[in-house]
Amino acid sequence: MKKALSTIAFGFAATVAFTGVAAAQTTLEQVRERGELICGSNPGLAGFGVPDAQGNWTGFDVDYCRATAAAIFGDPNAVSFIPLSAKDRFTALQAGEIDVLFRNSTSTITRDTSLGLDFPGINYYDGQGFLVSTELGVTSALELDGASVCVQQGTTTELNLADYFRRNNMDYEPVTFAQSVEAVEAYLSGRCDAFTTDASGLASERLRAPTPSDHIILPEIISKEPLGPVVRHGDNQWADIIRWVHYAMLEAEEYGITSENAAELRDTSEAPGIRRILGTEGNFGEMLGLGNDWAFNIISMVGNYGEVFDRNIGEGSPVGLSRGLNALYTDGGLQYGHPIR
Amino acid sequence: MNVVAPQRSFVRAEQVDALPPPRTASGPVLWMRENLFSGPINTVVTLVMAWVLFWTIPPIIDYLIGSAVWTGSDGSACREDTTGREVGACWAFVIDRINYFVYGSYPMELRWRPNIFFLVLAVGIVWMLWLDAPKRGIGAIYFFIVVPLLSYWLLAGFPMIGLEEVPTGLWGGILVTIVVSAVGIVVSLPFGVLLALGRRSHLPIVRLVCVIVIEFTRGVPLITVLFMANTMLPLFLAEGVTVDRLVRPLIGVAFFASAYMAEVIRGGLQAIPKGQYEGAMSLGLSYPKMMYFIILPQALRIVIPGIVNTFIGLFKDTTLVSIVGIFDLIRTVESARVDPVWSAPSVNYSGYAFAAIFYFLCCWGMSWYSQSVERRLAASEKR
Repeated sequence: MKKALSTIAFGFAATVAFTGVAAAQTTLEQVRERGELICGSNPGLAGFGVPDAQGNWTGFDVDYCRATAAAIFGDPNAVSFIPLSAKDRFTALQAGEIDVLFRNSTSTITRDTSLGLDFPGINYYDGQGFLVSTELGVTSALELDGASVCVQQGTTTELNLADYFRRNNMDYEPVTFAQSVEAVEAYLSGRCDAFTTDASGLASERLRAPTPSDHIILPEIISKEPLGPVVRHGDNQWADIIRWVHYAMLEAEEYGITSENAAELRDTSEAPGIRRILGTEGNFGEMLGLGNDWAFNIISMVGNYGEVFDRNIGEGSPVGLSRGLNALYTDGGLQYGHPIR
Repeated sequence: MNVVAPQRSFVRAEQVDALPPPRTASGPVLWMRENLFSGPINTVVTLVMAWVLFWTIPPIIDYLIGSAVWTGSDGSACREDTTGREVGACWAFVIDRINYFVYGSYPMELRWRPNIFFLVLAVGIVWMLWLDAPKRGIGAIYFFIVVPLLSYWLLAGFPMIGLEEVPTGLWGGILVTIVVSAVGIVVSLPFGVLLALGRRSHLPIVRLVCVIVIEFTRGVPLITVLFMANTMLPLFLAEGVTVDRLVRPLIGVAFFASAYMAEVIRGGLQAIPKGQYEGAMSLGLSYPKMMYFIILPQALRIVIPGIVNTFIGLFKDTTLVSIVGIFDLIRTVESARVDPVWSAPSVNYSGYAFAAIFYFLCCWGMSWYSQSVERRLAASEKR
């Protein structure tokens, strides 16, 4: 009976889904053979990964997946998304279920070493901030002594909060919730004086308030959250590709190459830097194992870093984040594309 | 010999006064007096309940209908600071995202395939459930063999006849909820019967295997099976070999439902008097014929409430797959509500209210159907 059931089950599974792949293949070869990139993504984070009305995934991290697919296949849609929860994400990567994880994951030494992962780049520098009601009359997090703070439990956010208050010799009352959304609801219903999470999430949570203008985001950022793509440790060529996809988008912004003018610049530009990025000079794409038009495809099909940022999370979007730390180094930010040469 | 009947005092000599006629009066006042205010305790209970209802129902109706927002293209339509009025449920959000809630990320141009699947399934369900439907034998074959195959080809694809493959990662919403519960229901009934018969078998090995399967499956929570399937299983398999992410929880759910169904059906089998078995055997019926013609029809009738109860529980348990990253209805609601375009206070509640209404209608439908079947099948036992 049990055997019959499992035979049927596995027979079914085998016909549906077993994809035998020779173990010796590199990730790039596997992706090429499969014909699409499998990207681990966030199951729902405003501006970074959300489904639109038709069910297509949109967002900052999602655009990075599309950019990677564009670099490999010249087709930004040759990607399938596996939305992963915070606890499943690294297992899925280790088990080879996904090729790359673009899921606002913080780079830490533990993850980099003991989990057998690599963080090829940092595509968003985040940090933890506070949302408070204007009625509180507070303009700085240092004035929050004695405040009750709503926070999601079991996160680095909770630990950072404790660190910050201890460092500044202040008292606070943590009010913890299993889910971020419960913490927001509790804050909005007046249960706590402040709500804390990554700054990238605060702006859109603020819009959940009946009157958003009654709440302000305090200027202090109390932690470092370098968020970036994650790959399996050991396949250096694949890590190179992910890293240079990111740098190509940064370089494109720095050189003023956008999705609109990329085709024109490729045909007309005499600037050597632009020509190298767009593949008219040198064979940098081939060095990565890709076509020489890899960066051109990224920029023309998805956009440069600034375009992707503005479209999904920038000041013109509903999330409304300023570039801040994520401005190019030329504007005083931390995003520093390495030279393509 | 003449016997004179002795005088007995209980023989009434005179006519008693006629009793008053049965009260024919009726009306709302009388009904209320009899049913709501028949005594001091009942009066107090009635008043308290009336106050509770008065206190809760009008605000809920106002929230869901009265002050709800039906049209709009983004969250500002549902925010007080932009609309200038108190805003209840934000149905505009649900309407905007209804396609996502129904199909998930299923490719736009291929959504006729889930639509046909819904139709095929609906025909099967009606054929099975409508007791006076013609050719119900063919209906059963259709439901248990044709529908699963057809659904699989339609949804997953069948390149040989030109239906391109659609990875299960793109399925979502009500589609996945229905697929998971339909697989659970279609698998659990036959396997539940087999497991229940196996558990009562006189063959020791068969009985042992069935007992182990049932008790092991019932001994662990569904959620651990799902976590095991989706988080641990990939680590055990050879590199590059993956079982589809949707198939894993489907197998888990099917196992689970079968074990619970087996116990429900075993309850029915045990309620059948021994004489029925002996009668069947004395007619020379073989074991399969005895079960098919005599025992199971009676046993299944007895446990209809239990079977439907299991189905309802299973239908709602399908939401657990959302925890392991399968995009069922609940998960799609949770993903859609974080969209900053629809940032508004009532968007969360509206999404969940929509899901609640969907689940309630489905479960209530099942329950209502089972009651009507019970009434019909119990006709022979009515006095």
